[in-house]
Amino acid sequence: MSALVELKGLKRYFDTPKGKLHAVDDINMVFEEGTTMGVVGESGCGKSTLARTIIHLQQPTDGQILYKGEDITYPNRKQLRKLREEMQIIFQDPYSTLNPRYTVEDTLKEPLVLSGQYEKASLDKQITKLMDMIGISGRLRMAYPHELSGGRRQRVGIGRALAMNPKFIACDEPVASLDVSIQAQIINLLEDLQKDFGLTYMFVTHDLSVVRHISHNISVMYLGQLVETSPSKELFAKPLHPYTKALISAVPSTDIDAPRQRIRLKGELMSPINPKPGCRFAPRCPYATEACHQPQQLEEILPGHMVACCRARELNEDLLAKGQEGEGNV
Amino acid sequence: MTEEKTREAIDTGLRLRDDIALKKETNFKQMLKRLAKNKLAIAGGIVFLILCLVSIFAPLIAPYDYAAIDPVNKYMRPCAEHLFGTDQFGRDIFSRVIYGGRWSLTLGVASTLVSTLLGIVVGSIAGYFGGKVDMVIMRFIDIVQCIPGILLTICISVALGSGIVNTVIAMSFGGIWGTARMLRGQILLVRESEYVEAAKATNVSSFRTILKYVLPNSIQQTIIGACMGIGGTISAISGLSFLGLGVQPPLPEWGAMLNDGRNYLRYYPNMLIAPCIMIALTILSISLFGDGLRDAMDPRMKD
Repeated sequence: MSALVELKGLKRYFDTPKGKLHAVDDINMVFEEGTTMGVVGESGCGKSTLARTIIHLQQPTDGQILYKGEDITYPNRKQLRKLREEMQIIFQDPYSTLNPRYTVEDTLKEPLVLSGQYEKASLDKQITKLMDMIGISGRLRMAYPHELSGGRRQRVGIGRALAMNPKFIACDEPVASLDVSIQAQIINLLEDLQKDFGLTYMFVTHDLSVVRHISHNISVMYLGQLVETSPSKELFAKPLHPYTKALISAVPSTDIDAPRQRIRLKGELMSPINPKPGCRFAPRCPYATEACHQPQQLEEILPGHMVACCRARELNEDLLAKGQEGEGNV
Repeated sequence: MTEEKTREAIDTGLRLRDDIALKKETNFKQMLKRLAKNKLAIAGGIVFLILCLVSIFAPLIAPYDYAAIDPVNKYMRPCAEHLFGTDQFGRDIFSRVIYGGRWSLTLGVASTLVSTLLGIVVGSIAGYFGGKVDMVIMRFIDIVQCIPGILLTICISVALGSGIVNTVIAMSFGGIWGTARMLRGQILLVRESEYVEAAKATNVSSFRTILKYVLPNSIQQTIIGACMGIGGTISAISGLSFLGLGVQPPLPEWGAMLNDGRNYLRYYPNMLIAPCIMIALTILSISLFGDGLRDAMDPRMKD
């Protein structure tokens, strides 16, 4: 496996009348080819902005985006055209993601025509193929978005993203506004497509049970910063950052006997405008000390498991010890 | 096994039905179909068409020449010979009203068309590109709109002189900015939607995005505004004619006739009412048609 997309110190600030809003601040991330990276965090933490910055719907303020090892932070027109074919996005709200004046066919046809890969004669066939792929019946070919249910609209949105044969797809909360049974269908569809085409996903969500199911790796964001990144299973077994612990403790469980200790966070999110240096979670963190007000470094505490918390080691002695034993046994 | 066969049968059945549904109908055809269902809109369209035809074939329909003065028969009330009576020079009002459409309709429709089209261009550029482009255009519009509309029109008319083309230029210049401002507001709403972002992400050019994504979803009010505007323009032209700038007498432009009739309202209201009816008919028919057109253009209105 090699890295398809790599982010190095990526920043995206917005100018507001009150100062600079740090929506995405110094993010380092690696998207391995053919895997899914889940990005979780509460609303307003910059997950969506990060997704939009990676696929160049937003200009990065600073940092680097590498695609197949090539620096594509500031692409020229021609590069951008090519990139847009390789990196696509699936949006959150199926009700506003489709042009109300376009039929299903129009929506799917446009990227096919613009890619210039298909001759006029083969366009129809390709559209039929796409519709098969996303599970939309041919009967709906001439349907307008308002005639489709939410799940079908989301499928059409996925079809549009797939039309250009992308390698990387940023899914910006693709199932957040669907009901649970449809969520499962869409997630299965995404997984099938990943298997068939070796797609790489960035899966943005605030729903931990969804992300646990679909992701190989998970990154946790808090107020524009990465606080923890780890293989999916390990993150749920051994959350190291106090914020991750709180998040995971909030996931409802079906096991009545499981010992549950709900960590309740106090206080409010601090403002992302001109934030103070240091851990942004510190004002709400029950373990915060003086040292937390210094800038935090992302540190690899376990293999592949990085945390940006200066107290991660001392707070998780028991977990880490268990980990060592476990590995020793295997 | 049988279950599988049944399922297959259903699938083929569905596919056959799908193929029927696949018969293509262009968006334009669908739009016409929806329009045809709207009786009021069709009625409006027919009335407007009749008005146009009447103006075109005025020489065949009108019983008298529009400028023929008959000093003996002035101030006549409506009668068999003069359907709408005669005016202060003894000219037949019915003939004048029929001829009047030639100038009023041409000027009204042409000015509104020009100003709306230019307004759409300016408004969509400001709305879609936003930022500094928007700032510059909007401040310019602020400045132009500070000048009272009629004053601006008069200034341009004076500079260019009277005449049909010049009147169209003068009339439309004032109308661009209101349209642009309104459309820009609508576009700002649509621009933020995810489908516009999706268009950007799939390499759709700005021009195509405006044409296919932004305008169709934001233009409804502009169409209605334009239809209403035709009436306003016709009455505004009368103001110009009053100042001797628009259409020159003895040409029977409706607005000018309205102005003439105003002075005799008390004793000979027919002089005022006749052009009023024509202007009202025009506005009503265009509005009904425009309303229907707006609905027909929106696929969501499909029943």
